[in-house]
Amino acid sequence: MVAVIVIIGVLVLLGIVFAVLYNRLVGRRNQVDNAWSQIDVQLKRRYDLIPNLVETVKDYMQYEQETLTKVTEARAAAMQAGQAGPQAQAKAENMLTDTLKSLFAVVENYPDLKANQNVLSLQEELTATENKIAFARQFYNDSVLTYNNAIQMLPTNIIAGMFNFTGRQFFDAPEAETVVPKVDLR
Amino acid sequence: MYEQIRRNRRASWLLMGVVVAILTGLGYVIGLAWTGSNGGGLGFLGLFGVAAIVWSVIGYYSGGRMVLAVSGARRISHAEEPQLWNVVEEMTIAGGLGQPPAVYVIDDPATNAFATGRDPAHSSIAVTRGLLDKLNRDELQGVIAHETAHVRNYDIRFATLIGILVGLIALIADFFLRSRWSGFGGRRSGDGGGGAGVIIMVVAVVFALLAPLAASIVQFTISRRRELLADATAVELTRNPLGLAGALQKIAADPAKLRTGNRATAHLFIVNPLRKVREAAGLFDTHPPIQMRIDLLLAMAHGEAAANAGAAGGDPHTAA
Repeated sequence: MVAVIVIIGVLVLLGIVFAVLYNRLVGRRNQVDNAWSQIDVQLKRRYDLIPNLVETVKDYMQYEQETLTKVTEARAAAMQAGQAGPQAQAKAENMLTDTLKSLFAVVENYPDLKANQNVLSLQEELTATENKIAFARQFYNDSVLTYNNAIQMLPTNIIAGMFNFTGRQFFDAPEAETVVPKVDLR
Repeated sequence: MYEQIRRNRRASWLLMGVVVAILTGLGYVIGLAWTGSNGGGLGFLGLFGVAAIVWSVIGYYSGGRMVLAVSGARRISHAEEPQLWNVVEEMTIAGGLGQPPAVYVIDDPATNAFATGRDPAHSSIAVTRGLLDKLNRDELQGVIAHETAHVRNYDIRFATLIGILVGLIALIADFFLRSRWSGFGGRRSGDGGGGAGVIIMVVAVVFALLAPLAASIVQFTISRRRELLADATAVELTRNPLGLAGALQKIAADPAKLRTGNRATAHLFIVNPLRKVREAAGLFDTHPPIQMRIDLLLAMAHGEAAANAGAAGGDPHTAA
């Protein structure tokens, strides 16, 4: 009689452990998915900020049309690249980052523009957005690490195998060619 | 960095275990001395436990607001302090918090910051005007990362829990010692069987005298460990140890005293607002010495540089 109770107790305990570990795996996987979509949220934020920036500086920077055009084109390209898959999108996003860096390097040459409150606050917002994109990617990678660990390590790997939890890939930002921002003093 | 995080977490849980052991030991010994039976010991423990938990739950839920009011903190919006707000949002994303903590500014020229709140959904971060003026963006990010680390690690909840246990120890010990001298407990030990009863009573008294002190020391040790854990977690968030190191250096160099700093809230700040100019490592300090924290952060930066140079196939000592 006692043996039966003990066996039932052990089974119940195993069941609880099972459920807890399964839930943990599901939670981790959902966090990975959520972290991925957070990156998109920050990327879209940047798309929205850029036209404002271009408008604000356009009138002051009549001789920098080339730089401004590059920014606008890079933005359009990045918004399109979404269809071509994450690698292509990441590459396009990095191009956009580079054109923005060039633009801010050029702004340094215009004292009126540098002191302009609108430009300064836009600069802060863009810096913040760049940082947020970077941190969103970092958090995505952290989540992937935790999830992959859980899938591969005991005891969760047993459950992972039973329910076909597959590993996720790290986000690896492809290095855009290091372009030194060219400051044209025309 | 990950190693430091692991070690600090482990240490703080071990120390929490020590406090619990002191508490149970004390309760048991006193109960034993008083009633001469095991059941009595456990019964007393339970009684005091319920009382302390009720009293502390009240403090737990309203504590955050009280601290903010005492410090004279003013809640700000994105428009009022865009850079501060953005930095808090960045750390929220890096930490996966879901929603950013409420952001407050304390109008004081001293350089300091604190975080409060029982869990990430109900948390607040406050910084002083002095800190906003003196630190650059990277350093501000380091400080906010440290505070976000406290929120993410549930440090406020942890500290409250320890506070409950230590308070309970002090309460029980105090109650026992008072009743002992008033003869309430003394009568029982007489019929405990001569020598054994007296020895147990002596042991209980010694325990009751020393336990609150020991628990207090452990509490301060835990506080220092959680500060180091927050530093390491901050680096995990920003991946930039030099930001926080620079911030700590500037804070250490700044002599201005926080007007609203007091002993009750000192442990919540990033750097002890009541510190004297020259710090020694003390048993009763809530924070580790600033120089030690800076050195640990710089070591992390050096280790990172060495690892990167090693990965690139170079000798870490000759790489630039």
